[in-house]
Amino acid sequence: MKAMSFNVGGFLTLLYKEVLRFWKVAFQTIAAPVLTALLYLLVFSHVLEGRVEVFPGVSYTAFLVPGLVMMSVLQNAFANSSSSLIQSKITGNILFVLLPPLGPWEFYGAYLLAATVRGFVVGIGVYVAGLVVTHVPMTKPLWVIAFAVIGSGILGNLGIIAGIWADKFDQLAVFQNFIIMPLTFLSGVFYSIHSLPPFWLSLSHVNPVFYLIDGFRYGFFGQADVSPWLSLTIASISFLALSFAVLAMLQRGYKLRH
Amino acid sequence: MTPAIQVSDLEKRYPTVHALRGVSLAVEEGEFFGLLGPNGAGKTTLISILAGLTRPTAGEASVMGHDVVTDYRNARRKLGVVPQEIVFDPFFSVRETLRIQSGYFGLRKNDAWVDELLEKLHLTEKANANMRQLSGGMKRRVLVAQALVHRPPVIILDEPTAGVDVELRQSLWQFIRELNHQGHTIILTTHYLEEAETLCGRIAMLKNGQIVALDSTRNLLAGFSDKHLKLTIANGSLPAKLSAQIVANDGDSYTLALQDYSEVESVLAALREAAVSIVEMKVEQPDLEDVFVKIMGRQ
Repeated sequence: MKAMSFNVGGFLTLLYKEVLRFWKVAFQTIAAPVLTALLYLLVFSHVLEGRVEVFPGVSYTAFLVPGLVMMSVLQNAFANSSSSLIQSKITGNILFVLLPPLGPWEFYGAYLLAATVRGFVVGIGVYVAGLVVTHVPMTKPLWVIAFAVIGSGILGNLGIIAGIWADKFDQLAVFQNFIIMPLTFLSGVFYSIHSLPPFWLSLSHVNPVFYLIDGFRYGFFGQADVSPWLSLTIASISFLALSFAVLAMLQRGYKLRH
Repeated sequence: MTPAIQVSDLEKRYPTVHALRGVSLAVEEGEFFGLLGPNGAGKTTLISILAGLTRPTAGEASVMGHDVVTDYRNARRKLGVVPQEIVFDPFFSVRETLRIQSGYFGLRKNDAWVDELLEKLHLTEKANANMRQLSGGMKRRVLVAQALVHRPPVIILDEPTAGVDVELRQSLWQFIRELNHQGHTIILTTHYLEEAETLCGRIAMLKNGQIVALDSTRNLLAGFSDKHLKLTIANGSLPAKLSAQIVANDGDSYTLALQDYSEVESVLAALREAAVSIVEMKVEQPDLEDVFVKIMGRQ
């Protein structure tokens, strides 16, 4: 039972270190994804504005902004925890985190929160950039915050799993390009799933990221493809299941403490 | 008194390697203890278990009475480890690295000790330099500082002077000796056996995951009593009565085995009697390297 206490100072330091790590390379970790999302917004809105109306009374450009914000939040939350862990493992400096009295909860909490912080910072950047282009109302901010927190938590968890599991950058790239990228791109960021053929519509319903995007968008327009409560439930269950998996890995020392 | 390190029947099996086979030892507080062995003997595995980096398959290990598995938080607070490999986080400066390492141990106001460490390890001028800008020797000194940042009573140095120049090695040992005199327990692994002989009061030798020798350095050296008398003579040959003692011969130079220093007198008497002149003579004692080679060879 002695090992059950929580090292608050250690947790805060690891969180600070993880935030400082991405902040020191902010051009790469914040400015670049904001610019990428802005380019998506400009290109897609230029091509499709006036031709597509997904929700009644909502322009396509305005529809696109929340999707791009959430996609950026999710991708950057994943990138933060996964890249930090794989770099630390490959360079060997993960040792500095493994030697001190940091337990699974401190480790999990710090990496997850840092991923959430980066997701939020990039997300806010994309939202502000979107506001420059078009008016995007935020009618239900609590829903926006709830889905942003849970979404970055889910992808932060996946990033921790990928970062611990992968032994080289190549394996992480597989995880990122063949799992995370398709899940986020095929989740309704650029369209409503109701515009899809029946097969793809059904498939979208088993994509947990779809619920994150749809619920997040509900917070802006008060309209969604499925009930936001259903999205919140599925997202919360996914988050809890992944958190449990991460804590179990850390408790066992999987690939960290041999 | 609780030993600084207590290891009982420690086993570690990997899928294809049996790295530790029932290792038991105790290191008392304030000792300067050497852990020697060839590559693959199990030294790093043993250190990794003490540090919590590896989990034992069976047996127990504790640091200052705290079990490294069930009471790992307290065990890790009492232990500082200088790793074998030079590793660093390229995102941070030297000072940031040490502050962050302090923070992991819950130490928020540790700047005075950090400054002292920087000074003692001749790193003050590089305090604000990024870790990438440091030489290999400086990076190793930062590793030492990181291991000491939480003032652990037990310090493990895993081959800390590998690839380090003579000047740095000397200053590092001076600093480590100071820490030992202040009461810190030091556990050293090294392939430089002369360092171990000079520094360590007690030594354990590991081979194939087992302890094959564990004694004070003095006893280990004394246990190998094969002293040698090296002679170079000017004329004639060695008297026949000494031929049984010859272990090596190269022209006029002979190496004779001695059981005891008192035998020197009988050798000299035999030479006088045979009217053989001595050009050069010296008695050689075994060093730790001789002891190490013999122990490793006989097992």
